[in-house]
Amino acid sequence: MNQNQPVPSLQQSAAEASLLHELVEYLRENRGDLREQWARRITDAELLSVMTADEIFSEVTAVYDNYVDALETGSVETLQAYARELSERIIRRGVETHEVLGIVLLLRDVLGRSLLDNYEEDRDLLRRILDAYEPAANRIAATVGVSFVEERERVIREQQEAIRELSTPVLQVRDRLLISPIIGAVDSDRARQLTEQLLGAIQANRARVVVLDITGVASVDEAVANHLVQTVEAARLMGARAVITGLSSKIAQTIVDLGVDLGMLNTVGDLQGGLEEAERMLGHRDADVEPTESSIES
Amino acid sequence: MSVAILRKGEYFIASIQSDLSDTEVLALRDDLIERVGRFRALGIVVDVSALDVIDSFAARALRSIALAAKLRGARTVIVGIQPDVAVAIVQFRLNLDPLRTALDLDEALALLELRPERKPADGR
Repeated sequence: MNQNQPVPSLQQSAAEASLLHELVEYLRENRGDLREQWARRITDAELLSVMTADEIFSEVTAVYDNYVDALETGSVETLQAYARELSERIIRRGVETHEVLGIVLLLRDVLGRSLLDNYEEDRDLLRRILDAYEPAANRIAATVGVSFVEERERVIREQQEAIRELSTPVLQVRDRLLISPIIGAVDSDRARQLTEQLLGAIQANRARVVVLDITGVASVDEAVANHLVQTVEAARLMGARAVITGLSSKIAQTIVDLGVDLGMLNTVGDLQGGLEEAERMLGHRDADVEPTESSIES
Repeated sequence: MSVAILRKGEYFIASIQSDLSDTEVLALRDDLIERVGRFRALGIVVDVSALDVIDSFAARALRSIALAAKLRGARTVIVGIQPDVAVAIVQFRLNLDPLRTALDLDEALALLELRPERKPADGR
């Protein structure tokens, strides 16, 4: 159809605009009916199963109006903003990408079918209306889909960021003493990040002893165990000694089974013991360094 | 050579200002060992905080400083290994034993002050 037409002129785009205007009028007139039809199709297709029928209907109304507005003005910005905001609400409730795409495509189908029924007698007008409708509808569908996916990616990025920041706090307990409680699964990425943070904190706080508490770590594999050893070794090179606490019996057995050499690690049963050990190391050295004592001795 | 060697009491403090060539590393080693004997020093502190890289050659040179200095009666402490450098040393399994390490100069001097039993009798 399209290739037979001459290059669109101003006049033609004016004609298109009037067609679009007619289309919008039609969609406004049949708002109630089409809306219900759409909502029913959504329920039939078992999309948005996490939402109630009332919720679906109110969202359907809002999307429908935005959709028609977007058709009328040719600007998808309002719709895009609404789609973002809607996505933010429904992502939390576990709505999937295929559901959102399915819904928008359903609306396109419902409207398309209704146009077909309405302009059946005048095939030529129908064709021209569809010519105006289809690209606009596709653009809207793409906009909504992309908005949803972008919103979801943004949420995922935020969550990843939050996990990264929360997962490995390095806390100063007192002068020269740091503690880092490690919680959750440790993979090599996280282990590397943990090493970086810990060594950075040692430098920033001039730490002499660090206590690594791994009570919250469910399991370790060989790579992570080796990484732990390397971290302790690197800390030692920087002049800080590490105490590892809270090895669960399962992890202890794993490490023994794996044959990882933890001989050079200073391990203590629980965090309390670890802190006592750290205090002892700090106090011991402080006492020895004390100039008054050494001058008394000599 | 971009190494400042300062004397503080019975200790020498060698502050490396920039990456050293292999020749410079060896020159530093010879210089330090020679001074230990000449000034009867008890300890050497090598500050490597300006180094972004410690390769196997530099690691071996640092080790040999420590071993040779020990034979002449001085102990060696390395200070200021950067986090990245520490990770690299561990991952490449460079052997720094029996080098002692400390976070900064204060710590290094405190470490050298420990075990004063090696002090010569002139203190009394």
